[in-house]
Amino acid sequence: MDVTVNGTRADGTRDVAKGDIVLEVEDLNVSFPSDDGPVHAVRGVNYELRRGQSLGIVGESGSGKSVTSLAIMGLLPKTTRITGSARLEGRELLGLGDAALSQIRGKRISMIFQDPLTSLNPVYTVGAQLIEAIRVHYTDVSKKEARDQAIELLDTVGIPNPSQRVDAYPHELSGGMRQRVVIAIAMANNPDVIIADEPTTALDVTVQAQVLEALERARERVHAALILITHDLGVIAGHTDDVLVMYAGRPVEVGTVDEIFYEPRMPYTLGLLGSLPRMDEARGHRLSTVHGTPPSMVHLPPGCPFRPRCPMARDVCAETEPDLLPTGPSGHVSACHFADELEGKTPDEVFAADTADPDLGDDQEEDQ
Amino acid sequence: MNAMLDTPQTQTPPVISGNDLVKEFPVRSKGIVRRRIGSIQAVSGVTLQIGAHETVALVGESGCGKSTTARLMMNLIEPTSGEVLYDGRDLTKLSRKQMRPMRRDIQLVFQDPMASLDPRMPVFEIIAEPLRVHGLFKRDGRERVNALIETVGLNPEHRNRYPHEFSGGQRQRIGVARALALEPRVLMLDEPVSALDVSIQAGVINLLEDLQDELGLSYLFVSHDLSVVRHIADRVAVMYLGKIVEEGTTDDLFAGPAHPYTQALMSAIPLPDPRKERSRERIVLVGDVPSPSDPPSGCRFRTRCPLFQTLSEGHQRACIDIEPPLRTDHEGRTRAACHYAEPKQLV
Repeated sequence: MDVTVNGTRADGTRDVAKGDIVLEVEDLNVSFPSDDGPVHAVRGVNYELRRGQSLGIVGESGSGKSVTSLAIMGLLPKTTRITGSARLEGRELLGLGDAALSQIRGKRISMIFQDPLTSLNPVYTVGAQLIEAIRVHYTDVSKKEARDQAIELLDTVGIPNPSQRVDAYPHELSGGMRQRVVIAIAMANNPDVIIADEPTTALDVTVQAQVLEALERARERVHAALILITHDLGVIAGHTDDVLVMYAGRPVEVGTVDEIFYEPRMPYTLGLLGSLPRMDEARGHRLSTVHGTPPSMVHLPPGCPFRPRCPMARDVCAETEPDLLPTGPSGHVSACHFADELEGKTPDEVFAADTADPDLGDDQEEDQ
Repeated sequence: MNAMLDTPQTQTPPVISGNDLVKEFPVRSKGIVRRRIGSIQAVSGVTLQIGAHETVALVGESGCGKSTTARLMMNLIEPTSGEVLYDGRDLTKLSRKQMRPMRRDIQLVFQDPMASLDPRMPVFEIIAEPLRVHGLFKRDGRERVNALIETVGLNPEHRNRYPHEFSGGQRQRIGVARALALEPRVLMLDEPVSALDVSIQAGVINLLEDLQDELGLSYLFVSHDLSVVRHIADRVAVMYLGKIVEEGTTDDLFAGPAHPYTQALMSAIPLPDPRKERSRERIVLVGDVPSPSDPPSGCRFRTRCPLFQTLSEGHQRACIDIEPPLRTDHEGRTRAACHYAEPKQLV
């Protein structure tokens, strides 16, 4: 396997050597048919992922953050309309048949889902599932060798007594251990990319810390790039190099983790940060609130999709949807007509900290 | 060791207090007979007081007994032993009939608003139901419900809509309005914001803070999220395996957690601040919470305790043999149930 420099970056700088591009997503669009017309769940996602890089994708429920990855992995139903391109080291993934994709899934790109109990098979031991993951891609590996590898993998992700646990069934393990088994399976074949979709959302915080540590260790060992999809900005802050903020199926801001957290240039990002209660901040500070709910993806009105919730919205916002434009010399981009006005602004200055949840009109749709 | 067993200090006179609450749930055999084959102690001697106009947070991981404690405090389930004092009376001794008028004063808000609201009832009826049950609707119920809808920040024109027509945050507001209908003095909030998206969560937290100021409510805020707790609580009690392991005012507890479990819990919460995250000290616990059916002897946390592993064998003996009481004779300002409690600055 081609091993390059791991892309850990010194504080806040962008130009540290990273690996070559492994995954390239270009103008990805996904829509689902529905009774009310097509649901445009993803509307033009672009990103490049380099070896060793860790990219965080944040967004609220329904923002299209999971659908993006499912589309790349070819895991969406057949009725879905997918356009654009997703290339793994130059090879197009979209439109590949199931047989061809099976060569890639679990070997080149692996995925970790939120609920380990549904991603593990309840009637096989975790060892059998690990051995299967290895032998399905490398048929020349003997069962004995695969079993030894499985035990080693379980050890790497921090499962105590791996030589005994290898024969345990998923129900015999706790939630955190199950998720670590899933991580072990994901790293089994030294993949180029690991996609983790809300890997710790169902877990307790102390277990979340264990699982995130296991994920970091796995990634370091196999030099994989990581896509971490989560709604938890705390997890993003500690575990990613770059962040892509999604809203209504589109990236609305992309930058390094420091740029996103310290110099957000999109009101939505700023509002999200201001609405977080923080453990390192004393009581008495009022949380700023982003009113309303994300728009329905069936009949998206023209203009900026965040406009109805945005305190900075003006006439132009209702007419044209802003493109992702650079905010400065670095690679930081944001989709807001008034991005430069946000320079140096705090969430409290932009969003009022009140309690009401005024309705946005009768066309408001369900968020679930 | 000179253990101090003083009573917990509320900042205002206590409105409701639970004393030495114990709750055991039976473990039954499979089959038709379902013979009782043992029991699980979900709450093992919890003493907790909530003052007037005070928010006490009960924090811990799933299965630590925090929700059970909240339900015991409102006498929704019967404790195996212990008492709940409210208004000078022990609620656990009251008959169902005697308890009924008391229920108006102590109300509960659930975690999942979709599961706790009747999908076939319009919002107006949901909020009016407690008033009807207690025979208070006839007087001025209609006005009262309309006022409540506005109080929690919903549009009064939507009173005839059904729960599914609202977003998660709005549904939680309906749950709060229903709990407020009987003008309670104490609200038990069981993970009220953990099912909500962040941008929605902030609005509900602000609402709860305002309601407390306006109505002088006391809150028991059950949560696993220390960031929310820091924001909303006056006092915090941390639970582990059915016991309170550390307790103190929010400022004291966050400035210097003294129990190794609180320290681990705090260091596990990710901060939305990349620079701080990179430089933070991390205490990662090993293993999982032991089963409450067979808790470890002595200190219940010792099997996962990072401090225990660094102690000499002689010092470890104390943890294995003696259950540490909540004590204040350590350098920190909290009450911590650890023989070797020592405050540590983590945030």
